[in-house]
Amino acid sequence: MKNDSFCFKDSCFKNWLLTLFFILVLTSVSFAITAKATEVLSSINTLSNTPHIRTLAASCAACHGTNGNAAAGNAVLAGMNANYFTTQMLAFKDGSRPATVMHHHAKGLNVDEINLLANYFSQQKRVANVAPTSQQLKANHDN
Amino acid sequence: MTTKNLKTNNLNRRDFIKAATIISGSSLLSACANFGLNKASQAPLGRVVIIGGGYAGTTAAKYIRMWSNGNIETVVIEKSSQFVSCPLSNLVLGGSKSINDLTFGYDLVKKNHGIKWVNDEVTAIDLSTKKITMKRGEITYDRLIIAPGIDFMYDKLPSLESTEAQQQVPHAWKAGWQTVNLRKQLEAMPDGGVFVMNVPKAPYRCPPGPYERACQVASYIKVSRPKSKVIVLDANAEIISKKGLFTKVFNEMYAGIIDYRPSNAVTDVEVASKTVITDFDKISADVLNIIPPQRAGKPAQMAGLNNIDKRWCEVDFLTYESKLAPNVHVIGDSVSAALPKSAHMATSQARVCASAIVELMQGKMPDSAPVFANTCYSYVNEKQAIHVANVYRYDEAKKIMVAADGGGVSSSPTDIEGDYAKAWAANIWSDVLT
Ligand code: HEC
Repeated sequence: MKNDSFCFKDSCFKNWLLTLFFILVLTSVSFAITAKATEVLSSINTLSNTPHIRTLAASCAACHGTNGNAAAGNAVLAGMNANYFTTQMLAFKDGSRPATVMHHHAKGLNVDEINLLANYFSQQKRVANVAPTSQQLKANHDN
Repeated sequence: MTTKNLKTNNLNRRDFIKAATIISGSSLLSACANFGLNKASQAPLGRVVIIGGGYAGTTAAKYIRMWSNGNIETVVIEKSSQFVSCPLSNLVLGGSKSINDLTFGYDLVKKNHGIKWVNDEVTAIDLSTKKITMKRGEITYDRLIIAPGIDFMYDKLPSLESTEAQQQVPHAWKAGWQTVNLRKQLEAMPDGGVFVMNVPKAPYRCPPGPYERACQVASYIKVSRPKSKVIVLDANAEIISKKGLFTKVFNEMYAGIIDYRPSNAVTDVEVASKTVITDFDKISADVLNIIPPQRAGKPAQMAGLNNIDKRWCEVDFLTYESKLAPNVHVIGDSVSAALPKSAHMATSQARVCASAIVELMQGKMPDSAPVFANTCYSYVNEKQAIHVANVYRYDEAKKIMVAADGGGVSSSPTDIEGDYAKAWAANIWSDVLT
């Protein structure tokens, strides 16, 4: 009995380790929870910068320029108000805004993606679109 | 990084720029050795080498530099000194564009993003030692992207194998002098002459392209050679892209000009007489344009990555890594996929690949479900265009990219889409080349 209370016995040592382990786990879980909370606060910002959204957004570049900085002839999305963006995309999606091509893009995206894209483009800096200058064909490479 | 390293780096960069501006490449081998491209990279995350500076390869280079904040050294190997756009090159045949409108340099994209550029041709790829041999030097890589476009399968049409034969019977399916050649032949065609072209069996580069070409040639004929005709020999059973729209345009806008013949594959060509032979027809042309069947570009073949039908390269659609070789990625027309081989598609694949490489080289996981957009515009005359547009999503069960619901085509050709197609070109050129 007495010996047991000194905790030199194997089983007791194990219990002690186990407790320590639980304390560690609890601490890290609570850390994770706090981290999670901060994450959620800024989630829309971080989520719109994920590889998923940056790649989807960049596939709009063929018509709207790098990071939404379009050349003349198409809408500039860089710095666009996020609410305006979302409203337009949802209108393309449900057909209430007539379009030549955007309905075919908007209908393929879900509302979450549209919200994240709205945030992504609203955060892009507006810069002037640069056009490469065309030149005389000289290269011989087309065989 | 030590001062010594920094200094070497700067020196390397300067040497590189010097080397890149040397037109005669005689010193490129030694230059490569000087700026250390045949040694391990000093960039924090290593070196990516990209073979091919077309829509796919150039886009991948730019976005790797952007998304890695310059922490990945990026080297492009391109054999041509200029970028010539295939999109819009059918307008050169119609006469509303010059090839010089579609030709660009690489200086802006190189300079703006710190991309190292080697104007050379790849002669060997050693996957085990991660080494590329070119005509004038060697390069090692941590990851390799192969973006070589297409190669023509002349074993199917041996009479067209020689350069001389291709001067007589151009393909004009890689924009450049071939396009200029075909336009000149069209201009020299007498009124009443017959222009014969083919559509190879799918898959091939740019699904709507041959049908757009037929329209462009017909629009020139309608105005300038009113007694002439265009015969289109399609190896496919029907028009394979924008079918309803092209059928209507062929029958209405170009009634009596375009003679469309489905299921009519070219089996042989007599070059001297410009005669084309199919299972059903033997037709003598005044101008003959044969687009041969295609497969993954030569560098993909050199690396042995064209495992699907010995033509296309099988990849993982999350990373575009080859299914055959780790750390080697394939993007653009060479990829085996139920995806259109378009310029926009090439750039979309390039960005998924670039994004994945940036994550992987930091020890992180790539996006597990990529989504991207694709659009192909086609001009039916000098002004009016039509489109096909789709969003594609990764299907986790099938592990491929699948068209999402909601995509589709224009309801009819319009002037406004003609303007938007020009805006598309301006934007994609700006995105790829600056
Ligand atoms: C093929 C070219 C093309 C692509 C690709 C494209 N767009 Fe568009 N976009 C247009 C055109 C053209 C319009 C004008 C409406 C129309 O006619 O379809 C437009 C309009 C818009 C508008 C409305 C702008 C305004 O000022 O009201 C938004 C927002 C937009 N696009 C977002 C996107 C996003 C996001 C993507 C990528 C998922 C994208 N677009 C991809 C061509 C394109």
